[in-house]
Amino acid sequence: MMRAFDYVSPSTKVEAIHLLETRWGKTEVLAGGTDLVALMKDDVVAPMRLVNIKDIKELKGIVSGREGLGIGALNTLDELADNEELRRNYPALADALVDVASTQIRNVATLGGNLCQRPRCWYFRKGFGLLPKDEAGKDLVSEGENRYHAILGNDGPAKFVSPSTIASALIAYGAKIRIEGSNGHREVPLNEFYRIPKTDIEREYDLRANEIVTEIVIPSAQDVKAAHYEVRQKEAFDWPLAVAAVALKMNGSRVLSARIVMGHVAPVPWRSAEAEQLLAGSIISEETARRAGEAGVKNATPPFAQCL
Amino acid sequence: MPDYAWPDTEHRTLIGKRIPRVDSPAKVSGQAKYTYDVRRPGMLYGKVLRCPYAHAKIISVDTSAAQKIPGVKAIHIVQQPGSTIFWAGDDVVAIAAVDEPTAEDAARVVKIEYQKLPHFVSDAEPPPNVAEPAVGPLSQIDIWDLELPEEQIAAEVRRRGVSFRATQAVLAQLRRFRMPEVIVDAIARAPYRPLTDETSGSLYQRVATETKGDPDKALVEAEVVSEGLYGCSVITHCCLESHGSIMEWPERNQLFSYMSTQGVSAIGAQLADPLNVPAANIRVHQDHIGGGFGSKFAVDRWHVAAAHLSRKAGGQPVRIMLERDAELEVAGARPSAYARVRVAAKRDGTITTWESRSWGTGGPGGGGMVPLPYIFDVPNQRKEHIAVRNNIGPGRAWRAPSHPQAAVITMGALNDLAAKLDMDPLDLWMKNLDIAGQRKETFREELGIAAELMEWKQKWQPRGQNKFGSLARGLGLSIHLWGGRGHASDCDLTIHPDGSVDIKMGTQDLGTGTRTVISVVAAETLGIPISAINLQIGDSQFPSSGVSGGSSSVGAVSASTRRAAIDARDVLFSKVGLVLNVPPDQLECVNGTVRVKNNPNNSLSWKQACSKLGVMPITVRGRNPNTVKPPDLTGSGVGGVQMAEVEVDIETGVVKVKKMVAVQDCGLIIDLKTAESQCLGALIMGISYALFEEKIMDLTSGRMLNANMQFYRLAGLADIPELVVHFMTGKGYDERGVIGLGEPPVISPGAAISTAVANAIGVSVPFLPLTPNRVLDALARKPGA
Repeated sequence: MMRAFDYVSPSTKVEAIHLLETRWGKTEVLAGGTDLVALMKDDVVAPMRLVNIKDIKELKGIVSGREGLGIGALNTLDELADNEELRRNYPALADALVDVASTQIRNVATLGGNLCQRPRCWYFRKGFGLLPKDEAGKDLVSEGENRYHAILGNDGPAKFVSPSTIASALIAYGAKIRIEGSNGHREVPLNEFYRIPKTDIEREYDLRANEIVTEIVIPSAQDVKAAHYEVRQKEAFDWPLAVAAVALKMNGSRVLSARIVMGHVAPVPWRSAEAEQLLAGSIISEETARRAGEAGVKNATPPFAQCL
Repeated sequence: MPDYAWPDTEHRTLIGKRIPRVDSPAKVSGQAKYTYDVRRPGMLYGKVLRCPYAHAKIISVDTSAAQKIPGVKAIHIVQQPGSTIFWAGDDVVAIAAVDEPTAEDAARVVKIEYQKLPHFVSDAEPPPNVAEPAVGPLSQIDIWDLELPEEQIAAEVRRRGVSFRATQAVLAQLRRFRMPEVIVDAIARAPYRPLTDETSGSLYQRVATETKGDPDKALVEAEVVSEGLYGCSVITHCCLESHGSIMEWPERNQLFSYMSTQGVSAIGAQLADPLNVPAANIRVHQDHIGGGFGSKFAVDRWHVAAAHLSRKAGGQPVRIMLERDAELEVAGARPSAYARVRVAAKRDGTITTWESRSWGTGGPGGGGMVPLPYIFDVPNQRKEHIAVRNNIGPGRAWRAPSHPQAAVITMGALNDLAAKLDMDPLDLWMKNLDIAGQRKETFREELGIAAELMEWKQKWQPRGQNKFGSLARGLGLSIHLWGGRGHASDCDLTIHPDGSVDIKMGTQDLGTGTRTVISVVAAETLGIPISAINLQIGDSQFPSSGVSGGSSSVGAVSASTRRAAIDARDVLFSKVGLVLNVPPDQLECVNGTVRVKNNPNNSLSWKQACSKLGVMPITVRGRNPNTVKPPDLTGSGVGGVQMAEVEVDIETGVVKVKKMVAVQDCGLIIDLKTAESQCLGALIMGISYALFEEKIMDLTSGRMLNANMQFYRLAGLADIPELVVHFMTGKGYDERGVIGLGEPPVISPGAAISTAVANAIGVSVPFLPLTPNRVLDALARKPGA
């Protein structure tokens, strides 16, 4: 059961931004609501005002242009999965999209919301905070139930894993995210959008409380070979245990450059410089693929011991 | 004496056929009302404030701020200052308000001061030499779990006392569940010792040690010895409809309760004591229930709290239905069971010795031992069980209590033994059926049929040898046993002069088909269509019928309905005989007519026949059991065999079940369709607990981390493979009477799936659920890995 809140439905970006507070906690942006409503029900967030952005027409639409494909933040995952051009030119992304959650959720969940969803860490969701501690200040994850927690980028206090499945594919394609706030708009490479928080007052992405995500731009991928792979325990409606998205620029069978992104392994979608370097210049074979995989987890520091 | 016996095959028109459930249309159209759906005029919403600590003492409770909130109608302190809390999520204060948000707002301003106490939520293997003899008081579930001879259980009860008040109602219920009188008597006289830190004793309590034969000598002489570790984690019941009720007092001393319960007839007696109102003044009603699985037998704190709140609010209805997190955290946990096992055999596969050191937790009381070795009565045995007493919340009966755990441990150990003997486990099982008890011939027959349906002999390969790339395939099997005799049941059946028929019975349909079997039996006996039966169940005002537990409903309601229908029919025959001018015993009810046997043309339609009753309907009561009116229409003791085929990705550790076969005996089947559905449901639930389900506790905070449907994984449609169900029917089975089926088919899936995984990957994964991390770790520990 959630607490009472005000509800506003602006019809323009500018109005929406004015309705958002400058500090996190008092207001939240509502789009598909598939994550936010659950967070409110669990009392993890308790905003006093919800700013519904679903009526803002500028945030919809999919536009194809010279710089690639521009996707409004309000497109639902289902709309994206159905988009012919996206399926033709960005097959790895299309692949990632069809496996997200369930049909019902894909029908309402938006692209912007998917990228800004909060971590699935069960300590966070139970109210122990994003950097979970008990009342005495003891780190709960390191000695706790961390089987689904980060194995890379986990040397700081953040131990959760970045939750978006499609972020990995988008980053592999070199996507950028467009953000608008009271100081105008800015564009950030999606892999720089995510960051590892060091303190409780930071979020896990580069967005201020009074900014909204407006658009995702994916550069043309005509010369790119890409694939997406995820491992999860259940056949359907389950979060992945691990995700890998790979985009290669090729010259014949030789790799010119590689972008390798692993999901659900670190507090951010994790680009593996080690694996990318290993592949650059090499010819793809089962052996090089295996070595790239090993390079990707070479520096992993799993927090968990073997279980029975 | 009327002939109550079940009709033989030639005279069955409905019994044993595939008949759709009578309540399917109501359920699929949403017209069926569950307790959760009930909205009473003027209903208030109750919220329970729960303790966030796994072990604490309540120092003070201040509800003054909550009382001032407009819309708050009643506040009830469930546990007073000074009480000790033994698990996180336990009820402390309950609040009723005009709507849910107001009740929540009020709950937020209640001030409760706790003294935190050290908690313990692990059920990991006890360190050596720490276990002490159990001294703590026994809960009801502890007593049921004690795997000891009756006299010894009674002695334990006398020695340790009981943690519950042994009221007349409680004792009557234990008798209804067929607890031996010597134990009930001991409970009645045992000291009442509520569970406190002072009474509870050590964290590790040795609850059983048992030796049979000469295990030491047998081990020395054994030709092959296999050792291993096996077990099942704690899982929750995860009822789709959470626990709860709507309580109201239409009169000052009259309670009306809509409750989600497995025993409408048994609740009143349990509520009477805590509410200080005669059971006769309590009415309990339930139309449909969304799952119980053994977790909804008793009156819980929140039910009593809702009744208190309603009384304080002047009798207005108060609804408390648990939120999903509370449902998972406090309203049901299946005790864990783990064991280190040593099992020995002769080279030819004859099992000679069983040694086990088992442990597990049923929560604050610790719990009892599971029946090891399961089914196979090995001649030489040594067993020790340590109950781990911890703060994870009390264990509850879960569909076939202790049996799934016992099957996982026993079948896992025997499966490893088979591998050591280089034997196909199917051959090992067959070889040792002589020590498999009363149903051994049933097992023999069922193993043969299951093997054919699974194509076992064509598919089976030695461990770890059936691989395609990273995918490994394997087969596993398990056998199981259950009682299932029908409980006490009264049935009132009325035939009206216009030909309509109604039945009233204080039973409940857990979604298993109880309504359908009652209707089938009555329709079969009276020779009229199922749709002509107007059936009313789910109310304590109807003749009482037992609690739906122990797979005891189908035998009970079928028998009481059969007796009522035969007696009512015979009254009708006595009237119709005068009209048709034949003795009543020459009449039969067939196809909507009452007619003379061997002279079908001399008949009346059902409606005409009933009109001979005059103006008064006839009502008769049928009873089960009824020893003065033989025969016994129900029976006990069923055997089943299940086989599983799995595919394991040895790179990711993900297990997929590819096929399951269930072969089951349950005596005379009333409705083959609902029986098959029961097995299919059990297989699905079994796949779920084998692969996904686990109550995950955080050691530091003492909280359950996965108390929601996001993290408490359940099998979805896409995780369910081909399921094949076969029933043993006909000679040797039908004449045993109607026997329960709710529990037996859920016993074996975990054991069949885990032995299949061992066959696929070449090593046993010790504990369920068989999650990817456990599978990968087992592979890493595999010799030569």
